[in-house]
Amino acid sequence: MNADVLIVGAGPAGLAAAVELRRLGVDRVLVLDRDEAAGGIPRHSEHTGFGARDLRRVLTGPAYARRYADAAASAGADIRVGTTVARWEGPDGSPGGGLSQGGGPHRVMLASSAGIETVAARTVLLATGCRERPRTARLVPGDRPPGVMTTGELQRRVYLTGQRLPGPALVVGAEHVSFSAMVTLAHAGARVLALVTDRPRHTSYAGFGLAASWRWHVPVWPSTAVRRVAGRGRLEGAELADLRTGESRFVACDLVVFTGDWIPDHELARAGGLAMDPGTRGPAVDTALGTSVPGVFAAGNLVHAAETADIAALGGRHAARGIVAFLRGGGGDGPAPGPVRLPVTVEPPLLWIAPNVLRAGGPAPPRGRFVLRSDVFARLARLEVWQDGRRLATGFSYGMQPDRPVRLGASWASRADPGGGPVTVRLA
Amino acid sequence: MTGAEGTGEPLPADVAVIGAGVVGTAIARALALQDVSCVLIDAANDVGTGTSKANTAILHTGFDTVPGSLESRLLRRGYELLGDYAGRAGIPVERTGALLVAWTAEQAAELPAIEDKARRNGVTDVHPIGVDELYQREPALGPGALGALVIPGESIICPWTTPLAYATEALAAGARLRLRSRATGIRAGEAEHQVVTTTGMVRCRWVVNAAGLHSDGVDAMMGGDRFTICPRRGELIVFDKLARPLLSSILLPVPTARTKGVLVAPTVYGNVLLGPTAEDVPDPADVATTAAGLASLMDAGRRILPGLAAEEVTATYAGLRAATAERDYQIWVDGSRRYACVAGIRSTGLSASLGIAEYVSGLLADAGLHLAGRPEPDPPVMPYIGQAGTRPYQDAARIAADSEYGQIVCHCERVTRGEIRDALAGPLPPADLDGLRRRTRVLNGRCQGFYCAATVAQLFAGSGMTGAVHSRASRAKVPATESRGPQASGGAGGSPPRTSTMEQG
Repeated sequence: MNADVLIVGAGPAGLAAAVELRRLGVDRVLVLDRDEAAGGIPRHSEHTGFGARDLRRVLTGPAYARRYADAAASAGADIRVGTTVARWEGPDGSPGGGLSQGGGPHRVMLASSAGIETVAARTVLLATGCRERPRTARLVPGDRPPGVMTTGELQRRVYLTGQRLPGPALVVGAEHVSFSAMVTLAHAGARVLALVTDRPRHTSYAGFGLAASWRWHVPVWPSTAVRRVAGRGRLEGAELADLRTGESRFVACDLVVFTGDWIPDHELARAGGLAMDPGTRGPAVDTALGTSVPGVFAAGNLVHAAETADIAALGGRHAARGIVAFLRGGGGDGPAPGPVRLPVTVEPPLLWIAPNVLRAGGPAPPRGRFVLRSDVFARLARLEVWQDGRRLATGFSYGMQPDRPVRLGASWASRADPGGGPVTVRLA
Repeated sequence: MTGAEGTGEPLPADVAVIGAGVVGTAIARALALQDVSCVLIDAANDVGTGTSKANTAILHTGFDTVPGSLESRLLRRGYELLGDYAGRAGIPVERTGALLVAWTAEQAAELPAIEDKARRNGVTDVHPIGVDELYQREPALGPGALGALVIPGESIICPWTTPLAYATEALAAGARLRLRSRATGIRAGEAEHQVVTTTGMVRCRWVVNAAGLHSDGVDAMMGGDRFTICPRRGELIVFDKLARPLLSSILLPVPTARTKGVLVAPTVYGNVLLGPTAEDVPDPADVATTAAGLASLMDAGRRILPGLAAEEVTATYAGLRAATAERDYQIWVDGSRRYACVAGIRSTGLSASLGIAEYVSGLLADAGLHLAGRPEPDPPVMPYIGQAGTRPYQDAARIAADSEYGQIVCHCERVTRGEIRDALAGPLPPADLDGLRRRTRVLNGRCQGFYCAATVAQLFAGSGMTGAVHSRASRAKVPATESRGPQASGGAGGSPPRTSTMEQG
């Protein structure tokens, strides 16, 4: 089987890319997803708020997911669900080898209930998304009873398999998704004790915090860390520590949901030998969302875990244009971007920036801006862009918060010296 | 070999084996294959749920045991037997070899003595290598190593499939398995013993004590007081499969008198294991991890293999070794009381299991138990859950024959619907999701259920077993009496009656 573009991941980024690729006249667009239905994470995010920036309307998660899946299918993309990429093969057929380095097509082995088949793809778009760090990866010690889960598991249990859940429940984290988990728990019949965060306050919209308190009567416990999970065979509760006083207390509960703390699902990107960005932990991408391997692109929350679905979709749409330029040999909008990949890095307390590579002549990044993450709160923060002791730009961020996007315009990118040292973004 | 049939009163068994860990199942298997009627009793809802499930998953050569000890002898024998058995039964094994790395001059000075000890233990292929060859073999090793001993035979093995294979074979040979039955007392008698359990009484002629962490208690029920089990907790960290390329062999530290120390090893599931700690705990059920334990392991990991620090942790767990004050295994048979004690196996039970079973069978025969003396049949072929061989999702012929082997449910571990279905319908089905994990690897991956836990719970529930892992109603309650024979012992843990049909004739 052959494809002009093989898209791995049928979430907002992958599906939006497929729609755009078909619109731009690309023939054979194959979209894979290992899940049993297309749509990605919004499929089980049964609350409203999806689609504002990409579709100019507001939908629930499942409606948003259906809309993209339908749009990609009716645009003529071939969508295959229940299909896993089992292996990438180098052009020489070396087993377990990396991606083809710009030579022949990418040979990708797929596993599904239809059997095992190989796709020869001229280009590949990785849109494998992200997941929440589970309790284990956060090294929260204690017993290991059932009843400890992530929001992803929670929402699949409640919205895809219709489970009722016991309460009381404790939500670990207080970012956007944590409030989503709270609503899901309420829907499933579980009383939520609190959202606990080790930060001094929650990092979602102010309105969410107020709604949690007024409508759901769920408080946010700030500056609180989960020290231990207890319960043999069955969850009994969690030991919480107040980071301001050092005091700890035991809270009895039947469920603990670990939310947020996103990590890109980068297994395939790393298996393929793509250069990775140490900040995002996704593949390093230029402003066209091209990776270190020519013809391989990456979009969505694989490259910025986690932005909202509409931002992921817009990234997919953006990558589609880069893919078309690549397929047409750099024709179209202008000259092909230069070969030199200039890294863009951040200094603490900034955590990451995406895109994180500049190439001479490259396009503007998605939505004309870079997106960053900060580890600190600041009413007004000044961002500075430096290269080789030269300040390229200054920007301002109002109401900077951890877990929330910090945006930086891209007009300075053309001023960077492609042959110079790395570009660094830092707080002044 | 007809034992319990339906709800009737079972005939007295020849042997009751108390403890269905890797040692107990190995003994039950060995006896059942020799036409000995055997009841295998365990307090838990599955085989291999104690020390057997939470260890370093290494097939030890025994190179560092005390020369001349029973442990040395049985470990050496068990290593050979299990290596062969695993190949035939489909138990994942990888012959990685180990490097015992010296990080200080003192440790380097100890290497010749360790090499000599290995030879005295019959492990003759151990040899030293210099620092250059060491870093050539393990380029990701942290800086500062001075040299190493190569122990080519040290291997990694699946600790879950092993007792399951033994138990499956024992059941097929007529042994009965009585789970959720904690032995609370033994009425030793002239003609027969009566083992009192939380689900009723088991009559038998011989008692084999393979109760691991509880073996001192069972020994006391037989009137013994020769040893006390001191549970020694070991915490371990499992790293993401993306860390697997960081090493090719097992990396061992120079052992101290107290413990073998913190090692880094690949696992047969394609992960990297770091641990264990060693801490004496009073409670033989305390398998909680601790902040201090995990932090100390992360420190050690950073020194041994700095690349680990950049990788995600997939799982953390703790297990308890059944240590005693003695340095050697506590194994003896008392023919006059028809009692065999198999205790103090510490951390080498997995590797030594078949050696121990062979030895104990021999002692029992010497003491008058009749063994048929027939050759061992081919073992059952277990579902393959290793990473090195071909899994169902990679097997075109298998998927063509049955498309459920192409339907991946657990994406991290690439477990298919077909494998889950098979495990649920197998001769020794899981009683809970943890049991399903040990049979298939499902839920064991980096996402820890983010993607698949809901589906897996649904499949489990659809099988007639409980998928409601959270409800208070599922709290484990062992029935106080066994009113209708062993079949009545179902309800524990909200589990279905079908699980208890494992006690079969």
